[in-house]
Amino acid sequence: MRIIIIGGSAGAFNLILSILKGLDKEIDIPIVLVLHRLKNAKTILEDYLQLESHYKVKEAEDKELVKAGHIYTAASNYHLLLNENLSFSLDVSEEVNYSRPSIDVSFESFSFALNEKCCGILLSGANQDGAIGLKMIAENGGKTIVQDPNEAEFSSMPLSAIKIYNNHIVCTLSKIIKNINNYAK
Amino acid sequence: MIEFNDIDEIVFLIKKQYGYDFEGYSRASFLRRINRYMQLSGMVNIVNLKNDLINYPENFNTFINEIVVNVSEFFRDPDFFSSLLTNVFPYLESYPKINVWSAGCSFGEETYSLAILLKELNLLNKSRIYATDISTNALDRSKKGIYSIKDFKEYSNNYFSSGGKESLNKYFVSDGEKTIINSELKKDILFSRHNLVTDGVFKECQLILCRNVLIYFNEELQNKVLELFYDSLPVHGFLALGNKESLRFSSINDKFKIIDSKQKIYQKIK
Repeated sequence: MRIIIIGGSAGAFNLILSILKGLDKEIDIPIVLVLHRLKNAKTILEDYLQLESHYKVKEAEDKELVKAGHIYTAASNYHLLLNENLSFSLDVSEEVNYSRPSIDVSFESFSFALNEKCCGILLSGANQDGAIGLKMIAENGGKTIVQDPNEAEFSSMPLSAIKIYNNHIVCTLSKIIKNINNYAK
Repeated sequence: MIEFNDIDEIVFLIKKQYGYDFEGYSRASFLRRINRYMQLSGMVNIVNLKNDLINYPENFNTFINEIVVNVSEFFRDPDFFSSLLTNVFPYLESYPKINVWSAGCSFGEETYSLAILLKELNLLNKSRIYATDISTNALDRSKKGIYSIKDFKEYSNNYFSSGGKESLNKYFVSDGEKTIINSELKKDILFSRHNLVTDGVFKECQLILCRNVLIYFNEELQNKVLELFYDSLPVHGFLALGNKESLRFSSINDKFKIIDSKQKIYQKIK
């Protein structure tokens, strides 16, 4: 099974909504969202996202097997990892890039578990999280996409990724959505 | 860095050489911790790692400390502690003597948080807290009870949100950088080494706290450890797990009733 994993921080929430709205109705490739969220925040992110999607949206649970037709969110205050049997593992170890969940941690773990069967996408954000992990996905044979820094509300996350690896696909949101729909076919 | 298919060899080597069994660990977490250890130690491949494990047993302690996650904070998840105050402590109050097991105590933050709340309810003097961990380094640090003051403000906020009645400062002595927990909180806590993977029941306890430990285990080992907790609890005893852990898929699920489904607090009923 192939999996799409999307990382985003400041400025990414509305992008995620647009992506969900833009998904072809017939695709069901599992999608994992790693977004920086406030600690202890009682957000209802999943409820908002559910409104925009034909997928079932839920928080990824420890040792839960990834299934088609699902969008999984990374729980706040835990890192999200993936085992080779495609079950999630949660982890409360130290923050990485001042973040937990850290996009780097998830990207790295998904690249190990999936190798070329992984598509990593990095969106707007105000720090460097995700750059190293996205490079690992690319080096392990996966597909990697970075939001065009000129379009991103906060460009430092996309810029960091492009700076350390120059073979990512760099494109605007509408192209990202097309890429996802094509990848899912 | 090493990859998933290197894990079995490393697990075998560690078991043979040091007697620690990591077979039931969550593989994704184990891989991440090993790669972190390698990164911190400047190792680039599995040959470096094997050389380290085989020829430098003096490094093994550092290895274990890096593999076993020791990250915690005081009053982590205030809603959890507040639920203990409302749903569990009033019940424990009726016992002449209270035994609590803080399993996987890391550097002691959670154990001391618990002690502080018990003290504020005048329950600490009839309580015995057994705090255990696999890592001797973590136990040493727990016993010392010295913490950085960097996050103290957050701890203090968490303390009040948890239902703390006094001021968190009251329980610590601080200088500019470090803060030390008052020794009066330590006297009812017994720190000792216990490996959840291989060691058995050591004491009947009315309350067991084991939060954010099971997520590092695979389902089979999670179940084995939950059975150990079941055997360590009297009927009506309480079990508290981490926010993202549950009894749902375990063999002992029907032997507990849910006290707080969100904060993962359970009571043994048979």
